[in-house]
Amino acid sequence: MLFRIYRYNPETDKAPYMQEYDLKDAHPEMRLLDALIRIKAQDESLSFRRSCGEGVCGSDGMNINGRNGLACVTPLSALKEPIEIRPLPGLPVIRDLVVDMEQFYHQYRSVKPYLIVHDPEPETEYLQSPQDRDKLDGLYECILCACCSTACPSFWWNPDYFRGPAALLQAWRFLVDSRDQATAERLEGLEGPYRLFRCHTIMNCADVCPKGLSPTKAIGNIKKMMLEQMT
Amino acid sequence: MSSIRKGLAKRKFDALVIGAGGGGLRAALQLARAEANVAVVSKVFPTRSHTVAAQGGINAALANVLPDNWHWHMYDTVKGSDFLGDQDAIEYMCRAAGHIVVELEHIGVPFSRLDNGKIYQRPFGGQSQNFGGEQAARTCAAADRTGHALLHSLYQQNIRAKTHFFDEFFAIDLVKDDDGYVLGALVLEIETGEPLLIEAKTTLLATGGVGQIYRTNTNARINTGDGMGMALRAGIPLEDMEFFQFHPTGIAGKGMLITEGARGEGGYLVNKDGERFMERYAPNAKDLASRDVVSRAIYEEVRDGRGCGPNADYVFLKLDHLGSDVIKKRLPGIRDTIMTFLGIDPIESPVPVYPTVHYTMGGIPTNRYGQVVVPLAQSPEEPIPGLYAVGECACVSVHGANRLGGNSLLDIVVFGRAAGNHIIEFLKENRYHRPMHQAGVDQAMARLTRWEQKGDGDTVDGLRRDMQTTMEKYCGVFRTEELLKEGVAKIIEIQNRLPDVRLRDHSKVFNTARIEALELENLIEVSVATVCSALARQESRGAHSRIDYPDRDDEHWMKHTLFFREGRRLDYKPVRTKPLTVESFPPKKRVY
Repeated sequence: MLFRIYRYNPETDKAPYMQEYDLKDAHPEMRLLDALIRIKAQDESLSFRRSCGEGVCGSDGMNINGRNGLACVTPLSALKEPIEIRPLPGLPVIRDLVVDMEQFYHQYRSVKPYLIVHDPEPETEYLQSPQDRDKLDGLYECILCACCSTACPSFWWNPDYFRGPAALLQAWRFLVDSRDQATAERLEGLEGPYRLFRCHTIMNCADVCPKGLSPTKAIGNIKKMMLEQMT
Repeated sequence: MSSIRKGLAKRKFDALVIGAGGGGLRAALQLARAEANVAVVSKVFPTRSHTVAAQGGINAALANVLPDNWHWHMYDTVKGSDFLGDQDAIEYMCRAAGHIVVELEHIGVPFSRLDNGKIYQRPFGGQSQNFGGEQAARTCAAADRTGHALLHSLYQQNIRAKTHFFDEFFAIDLVKDDDGYVLGALVLEIETGEPLLIEAKTTLLATGGVGQIYRTNTNARINTGDGMGMALRAGIPLEDMEFFQFHPTGIAGKGMLITEGARGEGGYLVNKDGERFMERYAPNAKDLASRDVVSRAIYEEVRDGRGCGPNADYVFLKLDHLGSDVIKKRLPGIRDTIMTFLGIDPIESPVPVYPTVHYTMGGIPTNRYGQVVVPLAQSPEEPIPGLYAVGECACVSVHGANRLGGNSLLDIVVFGRAAGNHIIEFLKENRYHRPMHQAGVDQAMARLTRWEQKGDGDTVDGLRRDMQTTMEKYCGVFRTEELLKEGVAKIIEIQNRLPDVRLRDHSKVFNTARIEALELENLIEVSVATVCSALARQESRGAHSRIDYPDRDDEHWMKHTLFFREGRRLDYKPVRTKPLTVESFPPKKRVY
């Protein structure tokens, strides 16, 4: 099977280039990550991140035939040859398929992605009805792989101002948590023309999310809540 | 070398935590909240740590579903450990569990809920009411993504507490002085390829398990025993490394984990005749017997020709009778995994499973405060000043010869917190950094510069594959003297080939080949410890099954193994059979 992989080592390369690899023992049931690991066994200079190999750690987000996804859950059978692999778009490339994710993490940290409760803590758990708990489904499962934010044109243009789909999904995860008591402060933090409102519902985020989550829907819910609070 | 030393970057912290899984992050949170100056070093971004993959849940006798108390939990854990667990540590853990889980809920973990709003609990293997009676329901769950929920919440609270993170820094080695104090560690910034010396009054190892010594395992690729390797090189022994847990339900041939919660929710195993064979092996607990028992039963079914599939080499896990509501609500993550990797839907089809390497019961010896303890003249358990270890890299020992499902998340959070508290006390009495020990730094640096050697020779990938297949073949579920002797010889031969391995890529920036080389050194150190410890133990206990010594031998072997790197020396220390406050559980025959 033929692969074309983005290569760039800042120590030796003036510019990035695409390198071809022909993997003889690739078969269609293999995952892309397995193929990359075999390629690396032949050419150890190829760098990429990987860990769990089953789509829960979020390490191996990359651009696969033009679409962001996780290498470890992508079967080769789903891919047209030559399989073209590039780093996640829109973030600075450190080397090969490894991007600098600091902007992405910064935006995540900026939405205060943690439960805030002002009341004194009870001795037992906070009670939460199964219906209230259900509201967290489709939100808490995010693995921070950055496939969504790096597929978002609004994030490409304003990565320093626009929080991006992954961070906004987390913002909603805490806004909608019946235990959280920081609604006003969270909404205030998202005001202004950029942080939230740069989302133009292009929906690339929901389209590529390997966990089937919909940041677009979460963003819509935040906007709705903001309007409700204003009136 | 001296030029490197001159330019070596340095940072100083009160406390250094190596590893950002649940254990490391829980300790860091305790320290940051106490306003200690704490640094967390992790070779991956924290939420990529392997805690994220834990599925089924965390045990605590909350009694939200069925009657329960911590003392029953303690009994089950002691029995599950095949009486090799230390009963003081087990009592401490089981008593703390309820408070620990409530604390996790308070920091935001999105536990599944019961109709009354309390935390959802499910039955898991090895759990009983009333000291061996009816099945208990003790495992607190966030669907089948409990580890993910827990790890993300802990990371989030550390952001809030302003813990200092060194993401994507690889720990090379501990630095010790001549008085035996640990002074911090030399680490490598992966992005730049530059070393950094982190000086700290205390160092906590929380680097996780080492499933990667075997070819097929449920572990992440990062589970390479880095903390264990560092400990061995610092002259610290590893405890009970012969006890490796095989999880009964890895996806056959691939290794991805299917949580025990699948059987907790009512799933069961069948052989090619459609027989629920666990009824023969464990008449009471059946499919929820302890993991070692279920794994051996699957092996025996397959060995005796009752396996399923074209090669009769696996059994089926049946979930299709549970109905799509239960599966979608309680087991959505494993449904996703099964559909991704097998192309079948467990709502409709049974799932091919086979026992797969899963968990490292052994590790760096510690007491219940997380202090690393070694035999010295005075006692078999003298603390090493300034050094702590928690979680899967440690052996406290609450799991003994076999861990119960749902006890690993509990272990990391309970002892992560306990170590954090002890470190806070240590810092009060040790207010200043001790002088840096240059010889220790040079030694650690040599480990790094060794890989600058050029030339031909074995590749990292080639030697790693040889090691993994050797461990699988010679140190698997069923062991014999003959097999293990050969295994020891072969693993030592592999270790002897290590100095001839060369990197082809000598670049600095994000050189993952170099990281894999450093990981391979740790893997091989731990492989040697594992196979040597297994050869010596002439009995069958928990996960360690010797065909030539089929019975447990409490008279000679109710003791912990200690493996030292120097001379591959073995030593032993007694099991701590005296709990903190209650009566000891004496060893008895273990039936489920």
